[in-house]
Amino acid sequence: MDFNWLSTILFLPAVGSIVIALLGKREKAVKPLALVFTAIPLIIAAYLFITFDRSAAASGVMQFEENYLWIAPLNAYYHLGVDGLSMPLLLLTAFLGFLAVLISWKVHERPREFFAWLLLLEASIIGVFISLDLLLFFIMWEIEVIPMYFLISVWGSGRKGYSATKYVIYTLFGSAFMLAGILSVYFTTGSLNMLEISRQGLGMVQTAMPAAAIFWLLFIGFAVKLPMFPLHTWLPDAHTAAPTAVSVMLAGVLIKMGGYGMIRLCVSMFPDQAQQFAQLLIILALIGIVYGAAVTLMQTDIKRLIAYSSISHMGYVLLGIFALGQISMTGAALQMFSHGIVTGLLFAVAGLVIHNVEVRDLRKLGGLAKQVPVIAAVFIIAGLASLGLPTTSGFAAEFITFLGSYTSTAVAHLNVYTIIAIIGVVLTAGYILWLIQQAFYGPVRAEYNNVKDADKLEKVYMFVLVAVIFVVGIYPAVLTDVFKLGIEPIAKLIGG
Amino acid sequence: MNLSLFIPEIALAATAVLVILLDLFVKQRIVIKTVSLIGLLIAGVFSVMMWGDNNPSLFNNMLAADDFAVFFQLFFADVAFLLILASTDYIKKLERFQAEYYALILFSTAGMMLMAAATDLITVFVSLELVNISLYSLVGLLKNKASTESALKYLLLSAIASAVLLYGMALVFGTTGQTNLLLIFRATVDFGYGTLVSQPALLIGIVFMAAGFGFKIAAVPFQLWVPDVYEGAPTTITAFLSVGSKAAGFAVIMRVFLEAFYRGFSNEWGMIFAVLSVISMIIGNVAAIPQTNIKRLLGYSSIAQAGYIMVGLAAAGLFTLTGSTVYTIGIQAKSGILFFLASYALTNLGAFIAIIAITNKTGTDFIEDFAGMGKRSPLLALALTLCLVSLIGIPPAAGFMAKFFIFSQAIQNGLLWLVIIAVINSVISAYYYLRVVKVMWFSEPCTAEKIPSSLAPKIALLICCAGVLLLGIIPGLLMKLAETAGITLGF
Repeated sequence: MDFNWLSTILFLPAVGSIVIALLGKREKAVKPLALVFTAIPLIIAAYLFITFDRSAAASGVMQFEENYLWIAPLNAYYHLGVDGLSMPLLLLTAFLGFLAVLISWKVHERPREFFAWLLLLEASIIGVFISLDLLLFFIMWEIEVIPMYFLISVWGSGRKGYSATKYVIYTLFGSAFMLAGILSVYFTTGSLNMLEISRQGLGMVQTAMPAAAIFWLLFIGFAVKLPMFPLHTWLPDAHTAAPTAVSVMLAGVLIKMGGYGMIRLCVSMFPDQAQQFAQLLIILALIGIVYGAAVTLMQTDIKRLIAYSSISHMGYVLLGIFALGQISMTGAALQMFSHGIVTGLLFAVAGLVIHNVEVRDLRKLGGLAKQVPVIAAVFIIAGLASLGLPTTSGFAAEFITFLGSYTSTAVAHLNVYTIIAIIGVVLTAGYILWLIQQAFYGPVRAEYNNVKDADKLEKVYMFVLVAVIFVVGIYPAVLTDVFKLGIEPIAKLIGG
Repeated sequence: MNLSLFIPEIALAATAVLVILLDLFVKQRIVIKTVSLIGLLIAGVFSVMMWGDNNPSLFNNMLAADDFAVFFQLFFADVAFLLILASTDYIKKLERFQAEYYALILFSTAGMMLMAAATDLITVFVSLELVNISLYSLVGLLKNKASTESALKYLLLSAIASAVLLYGMALVFGTTGQTNLLLIFRATVDFGYGTLVSQPALLIGIVFMAAGFGFKIAAVPFQLWVPDVYEGAPTTITAFLSVGSKAAGFAVIMRVFLEAFYRGFSNEWGMIFAVLSVISMIIGNVAAIPQTNIKRLLGYSSIAQAGYIMVGLAAAGLFTLTGSTVYTIGIQAKSGILFFLASYALTNLGAFIAIIAITNKTGTDFIEDFAGMGKRSPLLALALTLCLVSLIGIPPAAGFMAKFFIFSQAIQNGLLWLVIIAVINSVISAYYYLRVVKVMWFSEPCTAEKIPSSLAPKIALLICCAGVLLLGIIPGLLMKLAETAGITLGF
């Protein structure tokens, strides 16, 4: 590829962030600029997605690769590329990054700084998905912390300072272990190139330190981000406090970095260790699914409820990944994408409810379907997608995950585990239906008669997200064909 | 005798004397400042010219002018240069002793350069005292109660440390019969490997020397002076102590331990530094959490940072002997320390310059008075935020690359446990560094007054911040320089 498409996608939001930060008093230009600097990466990402080579020969091959020497003494390269696994996630990030700007259109408090941080956040998440050098990957992984800290603690609500600090400490705690893991990988192989390391395997590991230790160091970093039970407690706080667009990015793509990292680093570099510990991790996934869903049932804050549901849903991702079958991992990847869209939409609509109604306690809401029919309709669709109704993306993702984990032979007793996981779906139906009923049905409350429904702009981004939910739900192959190319070679390592 | 290799130090000493003399005749302060800066520039230029020449000895093997020494000459010249630029506003607090202030900084800078170049126990001690005596006076220069008290405290504790160091040197001399580092090394080789058990006096000598130098780098348990002295000293001198004096300590430790006590002992002192590193990191970081005074906070933070650097020393000592790779590992561990020192110097100086500007206006050193700096002086607050982020070790700031570099070498030498402790400590440190950030950006300011600052400190701050970002994004060049400097040292 002659043109550095990936660098363009990576640096446009970053440049946009700097340009916006330097605008000074001209705050009128902030939002259009932010829109431009996120729209172009989205267009390029869509273009790359369309031209992505889907032939069988492209299995496991990095496309649109860029590779330049960066730090000679460390043997570190500026190495970007996408394969079947990262391409859809890149598209998702560019897509939600663009929508996040639209969603934040009504931010009036210090807009210049807000959009500067938001764009920097997008750039760093994109960087995580396309980096093929461990050092670059880690740097991108860490940069995201700073924008998140500012976004939550300045524009958040409630206990924002506490939540932001908790978020930072948890993330840094996880990445501290990850850094130790990356350094260990670096010195057992002498390379920071992810592809090379997965290709040659960690042959020397026995002499330096047990591969299991490195596996766990890396895994903890990703598990905090996913978040996996019992490392999940930062998530509800961060979501409850975060402004809407940040919740959308957080639920939509940020926590996907955890799942992506697990597949890309843990499973593909340590297939034997992954298989060895899969039992334990699947049990943790099941606890996450059931416990997360059970806790969700008790929530009364609308955003907190959706946040807890994420913990349960990311449990499916963990289950799919460590069932270690090709179908199950494809399902997990699809679940990441689908959850990004669905939960992104749920948070966007919940943010709208909170913004328009100015109430976030579910016990005080009710009957809104009459007063705000559009918001209600979209929320119900997103809710049904979240509980996995057929024809929505949620169904496709969960179905493939369960099918894959039930049939995978890589780990023992998977059929039992899968059946337990399906209990989670029942609980999900419980809390989603309760949420919809509590907020939108029941007796109409007179005090909400003057509440505004979604305006034009809000309708646009809501309908776009709804459309994606149905497209992926009805024809999941549009994504699974791509995911397969990335996951096939990884699944082959396991032999499952 | 080759005087030309000694020009940087001579230039500094001569400038210092000239500054004192000029003070008698010239009334304009700017002249004195300019002369000092020119002196530092001359020293820097001659250092650059010496780069690559690698003269291992001059003055009868008392000093070296190898790349390692030149690296530190440049390092200290830069630090002093930035410091003098940064002192422009602050120095108005010193009513009478402005010329002495510059002269003493120049003298101690010359002393620090000599410390990095010293290859004989005698020159090590003489240069160390040159640094110390200049610093005692500098710490007390404010002439108020706190400043005088901290100068006295520093003097007394430092004198004890010097005595311990001297005792250690005496024991080493007694067992080996040599004061030259290379000859000490040869003598220990003659003893044969596993010498320590049969030579308890030598062992005690090495431990005492580690303790004496440990005072200089503020390693726990020799850190007790740090918070009080840092708090009482003029803020610019606090910065100088935390950057220059500490780096000089590490330079001399590297020189002595890697040249004189390398083979046969390195595993022993490597373990000493590993243990010191762990307790320095833990105590420094934990004690920093409840601090309300920014200078004390940075004092404890500098103890913790010394702990991270000692991870590199431990790695240099505790290498695993696996054939031909030993050589390269040794070089890398050394270059990691050098790179870390450079990145730490830029970061900490930047932080202090911003703090000096702010506290000059507010008049107090309490963190709560930083409230609303993000609104009052966004650029200053941004610069301080960048430096604090770098101290935590979050990319893309230099602090991250430095930690990555130094920890990677530790892991290569099988010190995974040490690295895990170090990275967890970095997380703990995030809490108190971010507290400052939080106060600056999220608390309401008590007034909307801007923070005034003259041009020179702004330039110094800009250099520091640009350096922090540059080293964080393209660290390759400095890593190469650090490697070249590291090769010349030891074996």
